Amino acid sequence: MHPSRLNETAGQGSTAASSQEMRELSYAQAINVALAEEMERDERIILLGEDIGAYGGVFRVTQGLQERFGTHRVLDTPISEAGFLGCAVGAAMCGLRPVVEIMYVDFTGVAMDQIINQAAKLAYVSGGQVRVPLVIRTQQGARPGAAAQHAQCFEAIFAHIPGLRVVTPATPRDARGLLKAAIRCDDPVVFLEHKLLYSTTGLVPLAEEVIPLGRASLVRSGKDVSLFSYAAMLPVVMEAADRLAEMGVSAEVVDVRSLAPLDEETLLSSIRRTNRALIVHEAWRRGGLGAEIAALLQERAFDYLDAPVARVAACDVPKPFSPAFDAFYLPTVEKVVQAVLTLLR
Amino acid sequence: MQWSVEKLLKLYRLMFLIRTFEERCLRLSYQGQIAGSIHLCVGQEAVAVGAAEALQEEDLTVTTYRGHGHVLARGVDPYRAFAEMLGRRSGLCGGKGGSMHLTAVAQGVLPPNSIVAAGLPIATGVALAQRYLRRTSVVLCTFGEGALNQGAAHEALNLAAIWDLPVIFLCENNGYAEMTPAYSMIKGESFAARVRAYGIATYEVDGMDVCAVAEGTMQAVEQARAGQGPIFIEARTYRFLGHYQADPGTAYRSAEEVQRWRARDPLKLLRARLCEQQVDTERMLTALEEEVKAYLEECERRALADPWPEAEVLTEGVYASIQA
Ligand SMILES: Cc1ncc(C[n+]2csc(CCOP(=O)(O)OP(=O)(O)O)c2C)c(N)n1
Ligand SMILES: [Mg+2]
Repeated sequence: MHPSRLNETAGQGSTAASSQEMRELSYAQAINVALAEEMERDERIILLGEDIGAYGGVFRVTQGLQERFGTHRVLDTPISEAGFLGCAVGAAMCGLRPVVEIMYVDFTGVAMDQIINQAAKLAYVSGGQVRVPLVIRTQQGARPGAAAQHAQCFEAIFAHIPGLRVVTPATPRDARGLLKAAIRCDDPVVFLEHKLLYSTTGLVPLAEEVIPLGRASLVRSGKDVSLFSYAAMLPVVMEAADRLAEMGVSAEVVDVRSLAPLDEETLLSSIRRTNRALIVHEAWRRGGLGAEIAALLQERAFDYLDAPVARVAACDVPKPFSPAFDAFYLPTVEKVVQAVLTLLR
Repeated sequence: MQWSVEKLLKLYRLMFLIRTFEERCLRLSYQGQIAGSIHLCVGQEAVAVGAAEALQEEDLTVTTYRGHGHVLARGVDPYRAFAEMLGRRSGLCGGKGGSMHLTAVAQGVLPPNSIVAAGLPIATGVALAQRYLRRTSVVLCTFGEGALNQGAAHEALNLAAIWDLPVIFLCENNGYAEMTPAYSMIKGESFAARVRAYGIATYEVDGMDVCAVAEGTMQAVEQARAGQGPIFIEARTYRFLGHYQADPGTAYRSAEEVQRWRARDPLKLLRARLCEQQVDTERMLTALEEEVKAYLEECERRALADPWPEAEVLTEGVYASIQA
């Protein structure tokens, strides 16, 4: 299924009315639009990253922004993730609202101190004397031919850290609306894009739309099972839901999209309706967000569960290079369908 | 530069206040009143006081776990600093930061850092924001010589250099990183030489001479404010005590070495200078010391009597708008 299918229903729970005028944008364009709109609105927003200015970003997300807003607002940096991320933390503490692009989530490894020990902590340890309104935009996930250091999903690492917010949009509409909310938020937000989604297209309202952080989105209603997923796994899950429908199984699909803090109420109300849950994510299974969601469901909705909470996730190995491995390593439609059928047995 | 007796007395008072504050902290630590590690700057007071003397109120300080001196030198209330060290509700950070994070934004003190070298990238961003917002503030970023072996420090120096940021990188070379001698971990003899390779102007000052530190920093501040930043200053200094409260500081350095540096105690040096300049200073300094001692005793007493933080505040402030 083409990911644009999601736009038929995605955006539910957002602030927009459905009758408004729409335009078709790619996921990358939608992010670009959000950046441009916010920069237009608020002069304190600056962008920092490698090749984001003159070149427009390796994934073309920041195209045209330096030309439009100037080199003082769109800063090309040296290959110094710890340096420029730390620089953004300092600038955020002192009145700016930086949006940093880390080219691949894999590269956050060299800047982790600034994310985990600095951005996430300084507001708290200072007793609220400073705030760090910083957005760390990066992209993650596998694509065919990507090997171990350019294909990882780190959302669970970030979601583990109090003080960070973690968001990951699945559609162009959510990408624009959530990024705008992230930029307006006074906390550090890790904004996880997915490399496979950049070229996907969908309808985005022409009018202003800010989609609040911390809210999941019900993408498809169903009564037999809840499928909780996000980012590039959502198209996989939607296709599985179609197949299941053909087999007479009614699957509900929730785009979790705000991973920290989690929208616990939406997940719990879904499980109270369907009594069965499967979590699907591209990150590794061990210690992944699925484990957190499963724990939440058994702690807060144990009496509603008719089956153990199940997970479909990446195999716990470094992402291997050969495309021949992909179907074994990654969640697939087939694996999702099988997992649901097992749940229903 | 001409220093009036009045000015020198002010510097002496501040250095003596920092010394006494820290000696009291050490005692509180040994008594079990202060929990955890504390890293004292006893011996390095001239660096803190001299550097702060060069700053204007609007300037910003980014310092480290060894930064109690830098914090107090900016005029932060010692009572609230004691209370924070003691983990009290009335502390600078409400008891959430402790010794290594004495923050006082109203006095220009941004959160100090306990990750070696993390402050350097942050300081570049603080400076970027000042310039972007057309403020004239400069940023004083302090760290130990050991920090110059961290990648983040070098990334930050390069960033500050290519963007001409108004940062004064003040390196306090106290000869040791924990128990490791400084020069066993770099090839060659000069930290400043490495920094010059980034195209940054460097000064070296006697870190035991408060006037020398102040003069060097004033020049750096002037240049940084005029858009000729960043500037790097290496202050040669020494910590008289151990790396932290549990280190006597004797295993890795000789008694003679410590004695040699103690002979150049910044308080002694300034006292001698004052006595040269004016005859009756001895008596004045003694009176001043008595006043500071009584003042800090009272600050400590008040802080010790303060209540602990309530459980309700535990989850406050993790996020700006919601409870965690
Ligand atoms: C990244 C990191 N590594 C190690 C430590 C442990 N540590 C604390 S202080 C210190 C020595 C630092 O020496 P220096 O920079 O010279 O500063 P000084 O303590 O002498 O003021 C070390 C290794 C740390 N806090 N952070
Ligand atoms: Mg040192």
